[in-house]
Amino acid sequence: MNARRVRAGLRGWGGVGAMAVVCVLAAVFALLLPVAQSRVDGGRDAGARGVAHGEQARAEECEAPEDQSLSPSSGPQDGANVQAIKDRGYLTVGVDQNSYRWGYRDPNSTSETTQLEGFDIDLVHAIADRIVGKKENNVRFRAIPTIRRIPAIQKGEVDMVVRTMTINCARLKDVAFSSPYFETGQQVLAPRKSDITGYDESLAGKRICSATGSTAYDALAADKKDGDLVGSADIRTTVPNQLDCLVRLQLGEVDAVVTDGALAASQAAQDPTVELKGEPFTDEYYGVAMKKDSDDLVRRVNQVLVDYREDGWQQSYDTWLAKGLGKSEGPPPVEYR
Amino acid sequence: MTHQQTGSAAPPGPPVPVTPTVPPQVPRPGPQGVPDTPPPRRTAWAEGVDRLRAAATTEPGRLRVIGAVLAVLVVAFGAVTAWQMTERSTAADAVLNSSQPLSADAADIYRSLADANTAASSGFLAGGQETEASRTRYESDIRLAADKLVTAAANSEPGSPSEKTITRLNKTLPEYKGLVERARANNRQGFPLGGAYLRYANSKMQVMLDDAETLYKVENQRLRSDYDDATPYPWIAIGAGVLALGALVWVQRRNYRRTNRVLNHGLVAATTATAIVLLWLAVGHTVARAGLNESYDHGVRSLNTLNDARIASLKARGNENLTLVSRGAETKEVGTGADVKVVDVYDYDFERQMKDLTTKLAAAEALADDGAGVRPVRAATANMKVWKDRHREARAQDDAGNYQGALDRIIGSKADEPTGECFDNVDDALNTALKHERVQFERAAGDGLGAMSGLAAGAAVLAVLAAAGAVLGIGRRLSEYR
Repeated sequence: MNARRVRAGLRGWGGVGAMAVVCVLAAVFALLLPVAQSRVDGGRDAGARGVAHGEQARAEECEAPEDQSLSPSSGPQDGANVQAIKDRGYLTVGVDQNSYRWGYRDPNSTSETTQLEGFDIDLVHAIADRIVGKKENNVRFRAIPTIRRIPAIQKGEVDMVVRTMTINCARLKDVAFSSPYFETGQQVLAPRKSDITGYDESLAGKRICSATGSTAYDALAADKKDGDLVGSADIRTTVPNQLDCLVRLQLGEVDAVVTDGALAASQAAQDPTVELKGEPFTDEYYGVAMKKDSDDLVRRVNQVLVDYREDGWQQSYDTWLAKGLGKSEGPPPVEYR
Repeated sequence: MTHQQTGSAAPPGPPVPVTPTVPPQVPRPGPQGVPDTPPPRRTAWAEGVDRLRAAATTEPGRLRVIGAVLAVLVVAFGAVTAWQMTERSTAADAVLNSSQPLSADAADIYRSLADANTAASSGFLAGGQETEASRTRYESDIRLAADKLVTAAANSEPGSPSEKTITRLNKTLPEYKGLVERARANNRQGFPLGGAYLRYANSKMQVMLDDAETLYKVENQRLRSDYDDATPYPWIAIGAGVLALGALVWVQRRNYRRTNRVLNHGLVAATTATAIVLLWLAVGHTVARAGLNESYDHGVRSLNTLNDARIASLKARGNENLTLVSRGAETKEVGTGADVKVVDVYDYDFERQMKDLTTKLAAAEALADDGAGVRPVRAATANMKVWKDRHREARAQDDAGNYQGALDRIIGSKADEPTGECFDNVDDALNTALKHERVQFERAAGDGLGAMSGLAAGAAVLAVLAAAGAVLGIGRRLSEYR
């Protein structure tokens, strides 16, 4: 309670000052009042989204998760991990097959070669061409579900995951990310005729769908807990895949969908009667996820991204996304650790 | 009324007093020892007993009593036989003409629903333009399921759990169909949303299949209980028959001792008729029972096992298709502790169904009792093995990232050696086996029912004749006293 009030008071300040104070407070609490552990936890939960993690030493790590990647020039780019991929002769990548415009397979495609297509797939090809070299079958796609993205990397089933994966603090503990290649944010999708206006009071009493284990659900649950989301909103409907939310929405089983704006746009592209409502209420970045501590691979991929932003990114965007998301201001700016 | 009274008052057989005695008029003194001789009122029962005792003092009187008792015994035998055999033949008739067909209908509902789901996913995998064959198969499955649900509804008792299950199935079938249509429409436009719809439709179907399985099990229980009503020996009728026959023999022996006459036509006729009924009853029922038991052991059990196998193969095929439709969109954790593994839900279910299919096919082969029954089951088993091998190849392709390669090995053309070919062969072989077992069942159960036919009516007629014979026979003896 105490910590929550402090946080609320500090909110208006915004910025680094508030975070520093919270961090100091948390550290003081942790050091001086070991008994009051629950209060520290409360503070962490309340400040979950972007403000600060109540953990003493890690706090600064989570300041800007998208800026935590290694600079391409910070070390070698062809260590054991990169070498292993080159020796194998192909890159194994976890992708989505169900995200229209991002990573999907057109069932009516008669072409034998292009099985998967979309913005993420273009990026995968760029990475494979540059790491393994341009040749046939230099990449193997593995369709993996949202909930399997991290285990698939940890268990070495894939070299990397390029699957509209948001860079965030929690995931940074388990995997390493490249520099961001796309900027998006959680957004509300609802029928055009709906009276929902965005991520606001208009969600009162509405049923909201999100994918199990997704950033969207985490954000919804956290916001509902600390009152940023209207309390009467029903967020119980979770589905295995974000696209299942559109099914539920079309069938009238839910009133709104919350997912990344980019994926929401891909859903809207499949159903002209729904639209994105309001502005994104979070600021998120997609990154390529790789095994933690595979620094050489991270640097290599970041190097590829440097080139790709110059040559390839815009064409891919125009092909797949411009229609749904409008004109782009280009790839997001990059800062390294 | 009088018959009943006499019957009960003078127990049949030996208890009938042979030597006339003065009726021992010893009214029991009350516990208080009241020495009261003139009873103020006597019941009709007591008076009847007295009159009987008085009659039993003379030979004609005794003969009258004996005649009445014989008639009652023989008629009772006929009535009990008619009653017990009617009950059994009704149950046997139900086995052949009602509960087995209903059980087959329930199996058809179960199978056609699973088949529809499989056909829908096959058609979906083929792309926006599904194949003619898969569409036709899907549509006819749905129609068959809807038809059979109507029959099942008409045959279910109002308010029973079966009726509720059928109502639920009737309600969800159009919902399922709607989802499949949406899946098709989206797939035609190339939207991945179609796959999401198909997965949702499939999850609805899984609930429906659980219901259909319940229904199928209930119908099978009903069939089993009809068998249980049709097969037990009619002990009461047999007992009554032995008693009646014994009484007839005793009367003739008594007759012979008293008059030295060997044959009394009426009594002989009665004895012959009773013996015929008893023999008919024993032999007829034994034959019927054998036929029914055979129809159960070699018909129903085989049919059930084959149906189970067929449904397992359908479910396995559906899951195999859906593994490719979902493309990893749904997973679940299996195992506990350190062995926890995340697996694709559909591939996991496929493996489970294949195990089930293996067990059921082995059981079906063990149950099949002739070459014509064993052959298709063996063919199905052989095809299943190829299916498993090809499935492994398809999975390897998919895991290696070659989706098109996996697709070709699942639904491709003959040249690709797809698993679909194996599935079709398994399904055809099982269908052949089912047809064979159905014929076997119908023949054995028909034989069983046939062995019982006419027994009830015949027993009744012969018993009446036997009773008439006994009465006439006794009457002839009686006339000698006039």
